[in-house]
Amino acid sequence: MSDSTYVVRRKPDRTPVSLDVGPRLKQLDIELTERCNNRCIHCLINRPLSDSSAQADEMTTAQVVHILRQAAGLGCAQVRFTGGEPLIRTDFQDVYLYARRLGLKVSLFTNACFVTPDVARLFARVPPLVPIEITVYGMTRESYEAVTRSRGSHESFRKGLDELLACGAPFVVRWVVLPPNRHEIPEFEAWAKTLPGITAGPAYVLMLDHRSRRDDPEKNRVIDTLRLSPQETLAFLARDETKYRHGMAEFAARFLTPPGDRLFHCGAGHGVCIDAYGRVQPCMGVRDPALTFPLGFPEKTGSDGAQAETPAGPDSENGGLTLAQALDRFRRLKTLAAKHPLYLARCARCFLKGLCEQCPAKSWAEHGNLDTPVDYYCQAAHIQARYLGWLSENESGWDVVDGPERIKKWVHALSTEGNR
Amino acid sequence: MTSMIDLEAVCARSENVVAREIEEEILIVPLAAGIGDADDDLYTLNETGQAIWQALDGQRSLKDVAALLAARFNAPGPEIERDVLGFAGELVRRGILVTRP
Ligand code: SF4
Ligand code: SF4
Repeated sequence: MSDSTYVVRRKPDRTPVSLDVGPRLKQLDIELTERCNNRCIHCLINRPLSDSSAQADEMTTAQVVHILRQAAGLGCAQVRFTGGEPLIRTDFQDVYLYARRLGLKVSLFTNACFVTPDVARLFARVPPLVPIEITVYGMTRESYEAVTRSRGSHESFRKGLDELLACGAPFVVRWVVLPPNRHEIPEFEAWAKTLPGITAGPAYVLMLDHRSRRDDPEKNRVIDTLRLSPQETLAFLARDETKYRHGMAEFAARFLTPPGDRLFHCGAGHGVCIDAYGRVQPCMGVRDPALTFPLGFPEKTGSDGAQAETPAGPDSENGGLTLAQALDRFRRLKTLAAKHPLYLARCARCFLKGLCEQCPAKSWAEHGNLDTPVDYYCQAAHIQARYLGWLSENESGWDVVDGPERIKKWVHALSTEGNR
Repeated sequence: MTSMIDLEAVCARSENVVAREIEEEILIVPLAAGIGDADDDLYTLNETGQAIWQALDGQRSLKDVAALLAARFNAPGPEIERDVLGFAGELVRRGILVTRP
């Protein structure tokens, strides 16, 4: 039984090529709260920090722990904690440590305002194994707080960041492109380069989604006014022309083919998202009540998440589902077909699917069903395709039968140009 | 750094790592900083490593572990002892195992 190396170092993000291999639960997202210290103008989820009724409905520590234990049992390797602002939960450190002790990597989406010295030290001592993702809303107090509408938030954010830097905790930054901060993007990029551990360029949130709870039409109207126009989106993406074209070549070769009428092309059915109130849904965006189920929790869940009194086992927890049962229900998502006539006439035949990010979550937020195409994303995809020469001015993605061949030729031409 | 490990040593799993069995593979996940070369390193064990890992109970000496495995796999003792020593040395060096006094 001889071998020269007994232990193999492995990068954590070894995503299986096929979704059908590997552990049963591939991704777990937990929204620890919908509340947030900020009131961002574009936010698709937030509720006020002081919303005591939302707080009262949130999962308890023991319930979160119960979910984490089930996820680890299903082979899940990573949990993402998000919100709202996950760090406002007073039990965040307990929940985080519990996840790490189960051997889960932790990814965290935060605005960093609540990173205290204690929290930063914890991240340094027990690293999350995935860089913390910090969203940045502006480079100055004026722009930052014009987005967050929360006085003092810029100072809290800077302090939180300094704590992480002082402890050497790993993080990356991303920027939400919004009217109050658009002019600061070059400054943001230059600053991001000075941060440790940021090797590639920073990430951007460019295209704003509507409220996924569909709870606030007025807020959606505001979000519409904050969105970049398709032309502005293109101008941003192509600001470094060479990088943009080469990035598109790589992307296009892999993702641009007409998809047919299958509705879910993503990992839905292989991962789950748990909302702040203990309901399970296929992903963060799809909050269709028909696909959202209450999770079951044992009546008496010990503080370590152990089921104290469940003689009938985890499948009969107060009528709610276990994670395994939820996964079984979500398996059928892969077989769902789109029915909306516009989807069938357009998206099902369109080689730009992949570029437009049209997906059931977008349709849900925008139209309240899973398959009405969303114009905003459609236009942004078309303007890019025309700019790149994949479509002529009068063509649409669904008219073109030789889309994949056009892309192949375009990629070939680009690489010959690059070799000259 | 060379770790001074001999067959009399008793090795145990460090409290700074968590071992998980996923899809019949043992995945070693660092819990504390300083395990591995990069902050996000995970480890898996090869087949030999898995057998040795499972036999390490923090009580048996490496010699006893080797004897146990030699009997189980019906393999020559010296070869197994070499494997057990190599494995323990490598994992102690990486901070995944600790030696017990
Ligand atoms: S910080 Fe994040 S969660 Fe909070 S309001 Fe802003 S976008 Fe929403
Ligand atoms: S570009 Fe438009 S038509 Fe094509 S898939 Fe996207 S939303 Fe549908």
